[in-house]
Amino acid sequence: MSLLLTDLINLNLSDYTDKAIAEYIWVGGNGMDLRSKAKTLPAPVTDPSKLPKWNYDGSSTNQAPGQDSEVILYPQAIFKDPFRRGNNILVMCDTYTPAGEPIPTNKRNAAAKIFSHPDVAAEEPWYGIEQEYTLLQKNVQWPLGWPVGGYPGPQGPYYCGIGADKAWGRDVVDAHYKACLYAGINISGINGEVMPGQWEFQVGPSIGISAADELWVARYILERITELAGVVVSFDPKPIPGDWNGAGAHTNFSTKSMRKEGGYEVIKKAIDKLGLRHKEHIAAYGEGNERRLTGRHETANINTFKWGVADRGASIRVGRDTHKEGKGYFEDRRPASNMDPYVVTSMVAETTILWKP
Amino acid sequence: MALLSDLINLNLSETTQKIIAEYIWIGGSGMDLRSKARTLSGPVSDPAKLPKWNYDGSSTGQAPGEDSEVILYPQAIFKDPFRRGNNILVMCDAYTPAGEPIPTNKRAAAAKIFSHPDVVAEEPWYGIEQEYTLLQKEVKWPIGWPVGGYPGPQGPYYCGIGADKAFGRDVVDSHYKACVYAGINISGINGEVMPGQWEFQVGPVTGIGAGDQLWVARYILERITEIAGVVVSFDPKPIQGDWNGAGAHTNYSTKSTRNDGGYEVIKKAIEKLGLRHKEHIAAYGEGNERRLTGRHETADINTFCWGVANRGASIRVGRDTEKEGKGYFEDRRPASNMDPYVVTSMIAETTILWKP
Repeated sequence: MSLLLTDLINLNLSDYTDKAIAEYIWVGGNGMDLRSKAKTLPAPVTDPSKLPKWNYDGSSTNQAPGQDSEVILYPQAIFKDPFRRGNNILVMCDTYTPAGEPIPTNKRNAAAKIFSHPDVAAEEPWYGIEQEYTLLQKNVQWPLGWPVGGYPGPQGPYYCGIGADKAWGRDVVDAHYKACLYAGINISGINGEVMPGQWEFQVGPSIGISAADELWVARYILERITELAGVVVSFDPKPIPGDWNGAGAHTNFSTKSMRKEGGYEVIKKAIDKLGLRHKEHIAAYGEGNERRLTGRHETANINTFKWGVADRGASIRVGRDTHKEGKGYFEDRRPASNMDPYVVTSMVAETTILWKP
Repeated sequence: MALLSDLINLNLSETTQKIIAEYIWIGGSGMDLRSKARTLSGPVSDPAKLPKWNYDGSSTGQAPGEDSEVILYPQAIFKDPFRRGNNILVMCDAYTPAGEPIPTNKRAAAAKIFSHPDVVAEEPWYGIEQEYTLLQKEVKWPIGWPVGGYPGPQGPYYCGIGADKAFGRDVVDSHYKACVYAGINISGINGEVMPGQWEFQVGPVTGIGAGDQLWVARYILERITEIAGVVVSFDPKPIQGDWNGAGAHTNYSTKSTRNDGGYEVIKKAIEKLGLRHKEHIAAYGEGNERRLTGRHETADINTFCWGVANRGASIRVGRDTEKEGKGYFEDRRPASNMDPYVVTSMIAETTILWKP
């Protein structure tokens, strides 16, 4: 029976028709719940502006009242669909009222404004986002590989570890890596994390708004893959209290000026500005981050702002290469794994490029 | 579930030039292998063309948190049997940002020895026989062994077949093909005397390549056991009592030992090794005293002896070598958890460079 089901799922429709399936993806009412539904297109499309707008029932995602429930989807970015393959696509969308106003949970719209400001565009801001996440067993809220009712051995062997006693869930991670490359996402690497059952992938360097589009679609692909694998993905920043690492979304950032000769001074000035707006950034860097940013487990305390070269206990870390070459990029280690990349990327650009103290 | 394997097995060469490189290094304990992957813009076959990288040494016991970057220098490339396509495995060694090998980096010193002109001239070949034990995942007990008990005594298991004698062959066979695919010079496999214990051999490989290939073969083995849901142990005496230990016998020859008159060169080399027995033993793996008892096909750890076809000796010379007057010899002392960079370079150093 299962043979026929996979035959059907894997049908290559291009052999029979010009039609293509587009999966429209959007962010739901709690800011982290991804939603999607599919529609048939008469022919393949590669340009988002040529895709039709669509709509969905916002009253079912906490984004509209029942008596006026339509929320409009504007297609913003296209990726190849690794699940349906062929000419089928994933479409990252953002959400508007019928009158054309971004709904309150639409964080992309404001970010796009910042990224299209001429001063920001001129600086060509690049982002590399390190997305950490934890895999949980499906039937209990406990990490994959952990004995139910107990704990694995303490942290130490798991970071980049291998073996059935150290690495849990690699097939999800590896399937995700290839699926993202297939989709056209600029995924630059993966690694096993310090807490067992926790993993990381990196997206970037990507310019401006596309960094966040790519990260959201990478998160979508990840959750679709865990669905196949029968496990649950958690983006909680501190899934297990105690002597276990949290999960972050360290955001690496550079501008044209930072990447050129003399860039190190530009970096230091940028870090100073970020320090002056520490509280505002922290407030926007993800819910529950106070459980994670304790000053232990390779974090800086949430109330402290400090930076250092190669210092993983700092709020902002500058790599040794950057320090040595006098130019490069820096890493904002404060964002939690459940941050909204539209918010974080645009805020880092806004504070460092536009904001005047 | 079938769809998950569709994704894992995606052949990316159909959609992109990009490839994935898995960088491998040895962690702070000297036996813990670590790896992480990065995307490259196109295929690479020359390690010198791969970018250096770095990792969080504070998470592997190799650097403090406030100065955590350890630099990875790519040294050898192999095809990735897990991702296939143009994807690669990269064996690396570890340096401080200032360019000094970190203390656990044994490759750097070995490379110096192997690039000494006298050593280069001798073209040292190595064949390493890596023994290992497969354990059940949830209890630290060999696979196939009844939990709370023991299998029948040793006898039927060496090169044995059948569900009552050979435990874990699917790991061993997939490892064999995966290594051949990867480009590792794996020369054979066999079931060992203790049930659940196996051996593979890598070689003959010249110089530093022997260490590189053995480490990557170990990496591939542990990745395969991860998939199979069993645990690999390189402990030299996993089960006490009347059960064999696990070694890494190291076969060795030089240009001179392989030429006519080589047998005399071999005897001189063995004498030199005998004079440095304690130093070698100290570098031949932790816990070896539990294994080198003089029983179970070992020589006692405090004794140095050699003999033709003698498996109870520290060094064994094969009958072929004795008959032809040239060839190679087998140092049977190294434990399964030895570092091949240390052992191979030390044998070369003692036999070629060291003057008593």
